[in-house]
Amino acid sequence: MIDNILFGHMPYLFIVTAVVGTIYRYVANRYTWSSLSSQFLENKSLFYGSFPWHYGIIIILLGHIIGIITPGSILAWNSVPLRLYILEISGLSLGILAFIGLLVLVYRRLTDSRVKAVTSSWDVLLLIVLLIQVATGLANATMYRWGSNWYAASAVPWIWSILTLNPRVDYIATLPLITKVHIFNALIFIGLIPFTRLVHFLAFIGPIKYLFRPWQVVRWYNRDTQTENIVQYK
Amino acid sequence: MDIRAQLSMSFNLDKCIGCHTCSVSCKNIWTTRQGAEYMWWNNVETKPGAGFPLTWEDQERYRGGWEVSDGGNLRLKLIKGNKLRTLASIFFQPNLPTIDDYYEPFTYDYQNLFNAPAGDDQPVARPKSLITGDFMEKISLGPNWDDDFGGSPLYGSNDPNLKGLSESQKEMLTKFHKLFYFYVPRICNHCLNPACVAACPSGALYKRGEDGIVLIDQDTCRAWRFCVSACPYKKPYYNWATGKSEKCIFCYPRTETGQPNACAHSCVGRIRTVGALLYDAERIQEIAKLPDEKLVDGMRDIVLDPFDPKVVEAAKKAGIDGNWIAAAQNSPAYNLFKKWRLSMPNHPEFRTLPMNTYIPPLSPILHQVKADRGGLFDPEADDFFNDIDKMRIPVKFLANLLSAGNEKIVIESLKKQMAVRIYWRQKRVGDIGEKAVKSALSSSGLTPQDCEDIYRLNSLATYKERFVIPETHRESKSTVDPRTMYEKRGTVGFGTKKKELIGRQW
Repeated sequence: MIDNILFGHMPYLFIVTAVVGTIYRYVANRYTWSSLSSQFLENKSLFYGSFPWHYGIIIILLGHIIGIITPGSILAWNSVPLRLYILEISGLSLGILAFIGLLVLVYRRLTDSRVKAVTSSWDVLLLIVLLIQVATGLANATMYRWGSNWYAASAVPWIWSILTLNPRVDYIATLPLITKVHIFNALIFIGLIPFTRLVHFLAFIGPIKYLFRPWQVVRWYNRDTQTENIVQYK
Repeated sequence: MDIRAQLSMSFNLDKCIGCHTCSVSCKNIWTTRQGAEYMWWNNVETKPGAGFPLTWEDQERYRGGWEVSDGGNLRLKLIKGNKLRTLASIFFQPNLPTIDDYYEPFTYDYQNLFNAPAGDDQPVARPKSLITGDFMEKISLGPNWDDDFGGSPLYGSNDPNLKGLSESQKEMLTKFHKLFYFYVPRICNHCLNPACVAACPSGALYKRGEDGIVLIDQDTCRAWRFCVSACPYKKPYYNWATGKSEKCIFCYPRTETGQPNACAHSCVGRIRTVGALLYDAERIQEIAKLPDEKLVDGMRDIVLDPFDPKVVEAAKKAGIDGNWIAAAQNSPAYNLFKKWRLSMPNHPEFRTLPMNTYIPPLSPILHQVKADRGGLFDPEADDFFNDIDKMRIPVKFLANLLSAGNEKIVIESLKKQMAVRIYWRQKRVGDIGEKAVKSALSSSGLTPQDCEDIYRLNSLATYKERFVIPETHRESKSTVDPRTMYEKRGTVGFGTKKKELIGRQW
């Protein structure tokens, strides 16, 4: 019953909040759409936090997304034990890397007085959620072995059942408590996107466009073609 | 030919008295907000000096500006032209200055002077950080920290422009009779080849096509801060409270209506002139790649003669309004930079093609030789008006600052300034002799009319002669949405449009 509410109904609440809230914030208050970097105020310990955290978590997250898109490829990869070990070990080490980075970031945010000055309660809440998420993820990886296999076999079908509006809670009903915490916390994480600095990871489109745009940007206000016209200096 | 127009400010360093009125008027209008306290879109530095932020000219440290690669390509020094490097260092930027390179903004606990309980000691107003709100043990850095040589040689000796000077020339930092400094007021240079724009991963920075002003779109900025690192002049500033970068906007709300910028308008010494230039955008890359010693001449080359009928016709074809062409023909910036070749850009070797120019300071004309004799000088002496090489400020220092080390360009400008003085001395006092005037004019390449005009612009020019700013024709076409155009009326235009429903207090 409780599973049904938490994993059958709540996901929609969080996902709708994320989608509607993010679009609303982008349209109504784009000015606040920023990562609010604090490197300018403190850049010594940030390096040891931000680098491992971001590189660790981005690769882990991509792994999860690949699992959602093509669970079969993960299972096929894992069919040879050696390849399974490689995947698990690299996943675990990236997780540890991210965890260490996160601990540094939490320590920095709670101790440095300048960084504290730009810390909102949303940031604290977000850090708690992230800590739970990474800690339970690491616990999953170490306690219930070959998570990459049963992720593709149980959690991914559940995610697809949610996305296709046909929630099948039974896929994950038998998973251990720590895994359930990991999953539910991930839902909270999604719900938090529009309210926190998390929006900054949705800003990645700009930097990717950067790779393909000319160096210089010129805008004209009296040219017929476009109001925002990107022109390359010859 | 791709003709575009550009607003350009010129600074006559001979006349700057370092009063900081420009900085204060700028601050009062634009940067008295949380997160912007430390920003000085306009600041005045004492040279030799460390500058603001500390040693900003040292591009080995900050890696700002452009460089020419071994393959002959122009590339951003910060990322060696590799945009993937931008994305790789997006989580932590090794070359970003921090608040400690500027200064921690502070106020004083003035209330303590009123509220302190009765005691044996006088109450004091302790400094308080404007970031954390905590009391500060001691203020170790502030705006204009080494103003008027304060703390030199501790600060002044770090000036990167002292590179290549002999030990005896460096004595101007410490030896009393040789001591000399001057002021360099700085705003954003609104470059033709801006490194800040090229480095922005979000595409938030842009150069306006019509007047060349470089701006940051506040709604597109995502706080990646690459503009701060990439700009060699360190003129984009990161607002730590809002998570947006901000920079000098050339007071475009004023210039669009033909009014001068706040800094230029308030200048007590009337050292600043503002005018329009026409330039050929097709040649930007070619000019920016020139070897160091040819950069200033290249920049003079890219600026087009507004009287040339071909240029006027092409400008009209390019959609440049008639009042802009007229302003370019009457432009003090054009006269100083190209016609008379008196002014030159600040640090052209950063290859951003900066569009503000500086007339190098001639004063004092006291020779160093005289300074060696204990500061005595003899105005009757033959060489009083000659021997620019023996000036107190080493020409090498000025060349490092203003012409990428090319001393010829600085000497040419100094000689012309000297010729104007000789011309006027003969005209007013008549003790030098027509022969000396003729030789000064012919060696510097000026005509008597030039001397009259230079004198007028630098000494007597009225408001309308100093500021020839054409109005822009917003009415013809505008990106301003009439539904939102009054939203920010009564504010400085920075910050959130509405009070946030949920989120931070700022």
